[in-house]
Amino acid sequence: MNSETPILHRALAIGVTTAIVGLLWLYTSQSSSYLVVDMGEMLTRFREIWFFERFTSDFVPSIERLAMGYALAVVFGVAFGLGLGMLPAFRALLMPLVSFLRAIPPVAMLPPAIIILGIGNTMRVFIIAFICVWPIVLNTADGVAELDRTMLSTARAYGLSRWERLRLIVLPATMPRIFAGMRTSLTFALLLMIISELVAGTSGIGAFLISAQQRFQIPDMWAAIILLGLLGIVLNYLFTLMERRVIHWHIRSGGK
Amino acid sequence: MASNGQEHSLEVVGLSKVYPGRHGSTEAIARLDFIIDDQEFVSVVGPSGCGKTTLLKCISGLMRSSSGKVVVAGHEITEPPPELAIVFQDYSRSLFPWMTVGKNVFLPLRRSKDKSGSKDAVAHAIESVGLAGFEDHYPWQLSGGMQQRVAIARALAYRPRVLLLDEPFASVDAQTRADLEDLVLKLQAELGMTILLVTHDIDEAVYMSDRIVVLSPRPSSVVEVLDVNLPSPRDQIETKQLSEFGRLRAEVYRAIKGEPGAAAQGSRGSAQTEGLQSQV
Repeated sequence: MNSETPILHRALAIGVTTAIVGLLWLYTSQSSSYLVVDMGEMLTRFREIWFFERFTSDFVPSIERLAMGYALAVVFGVAFGLGLGMLPAFRALLMPLVSFLRAIPPVAMLPPAIIILGIGNTMRVFIIAFICVWPIVLNTADGVAELDRTMLSTARAYGLSRWERLRLIVLPATMPRIFAGMRTSLTFALLLMIISELVAGTSGIGAFLISAQQRFQIPDMWAAIILLGLLGIVLNYLFTLMERRVIHWHIRSGGK
Repeated sequence: MASNGQEHSLEVVGLSKVYPGRHGSTEAIARLDFIIDDQEFVSVVGPSGCGKTTLLKCISGLMRSSSGKVVVAGHEITEPPPELAIVFQDYSRSLFPWMTVGKNVFLPLRRSKDKSGSKDAVAHAIESVGLAGFEDHYPWQLSGGMQQRVAIARALAYRPRVLLLDEPFASVDAQTRADLEDLVLKLQAELGMTILLVTHDIDEAVYMSDRIVVLSPRPSSVVEVLDVNLPSPRDQIETKQLSEFGRLRAEVYRAIKGEPGAAAQGSRGSAQTEGLQSQV
């Protein structure tokens, strides 16, 4: 309503954040407990660790696992989802199994994954992909099933082949739903990346985090937490950027 | 070619359609026979639920009939024929929202080898429906009437011999509807297409057609075929003021209601025409 309201809100948000961080800073610099880390010291460690002491040894491996697991989930999830959505018989046959697999709490899959795949990279990539695939499968399948009949009739009437209909009509029409699934999966991917590294990890942000805790290197531990928070924000931002590019028509048309 | 040596644009021969169902089958079309000549404008009207949509799906090759056949330009069809284009009622669902106007219109031509020819056809089709300059807009940025013009342009770019119109003007306001009716008539005169219009609007059928096929309630069959001998070009005001226009719409109305037509016309005047839609 009032054009100044958003600016006021933004100023307030910045003010509150600054105040809380400032108070924390003040408190941590005054405290004599060894468990409370001076914030200035912690930020110095953050800079030293991630630029670039541990960058290639821990940051890069984590991102690689995340990217590979997530990419596998997207490729298989979309392909499997399209199959389920387009072939009702296939869907009817496999849906009970899919419902079961997606109902398993993600972390529970870690012990069997470690037994089967060991504690290497393969296990971590697999566990990320395995957890991320289901929201994408189900959203894609639902998107295809909800597809408008008139759109498909139009495409058929104008002589588009089965493959052309899939590529030019079904896939773009389902894209908003695919992105909804991918967004859910992104949160899972980050979660499972860390958890899989906390458990028997030798490299990665999660492994660094747990070893810092075990060695009572409290500033290093917090430096890892700060990095993870920032990573979450950056990934979300990149995701939104990609979403706006690919399904701009959906967003701009008000989701029709 | 048909056996008599003369090729019709569209022949519907002994067409029937039965939908099988769990609780017994539903007969949508009992038996339909009609022929549409080259460059003729024929409307199909009938009571609601009379199987018009089923008929259209069978003619366009989107659905198999239970028996009988559909012949388009001399070939019996088994799949959507390349000589035929279709405009659906619901433009918002037949245009693809992720494609611009230009790309929507180009879609049916993407297989064509002649790239520059296709480009020209797209530009020309868009221009002929009065949307030049809107090529890079998205459908959802346009009004309903403009979107339906895009759908018409897409059909034209396909250069069809037969154009099927499935209640194409039912979702736009009255003024836009009149404009679109005249646009289609003008385009038909220019391009010489055969047009089959499915509509529930009697005035529209009489105003646009050379002939009107009246269907019975489900399971449908042809009740009556009426010749429309109104002067061309048609005019929204003058044509609709002609006494012949009033006579024809009354006759179509009676045929739909299943009452005896021309014979009883003189004695039953106003009472029978009361229920007619008057749009003029």
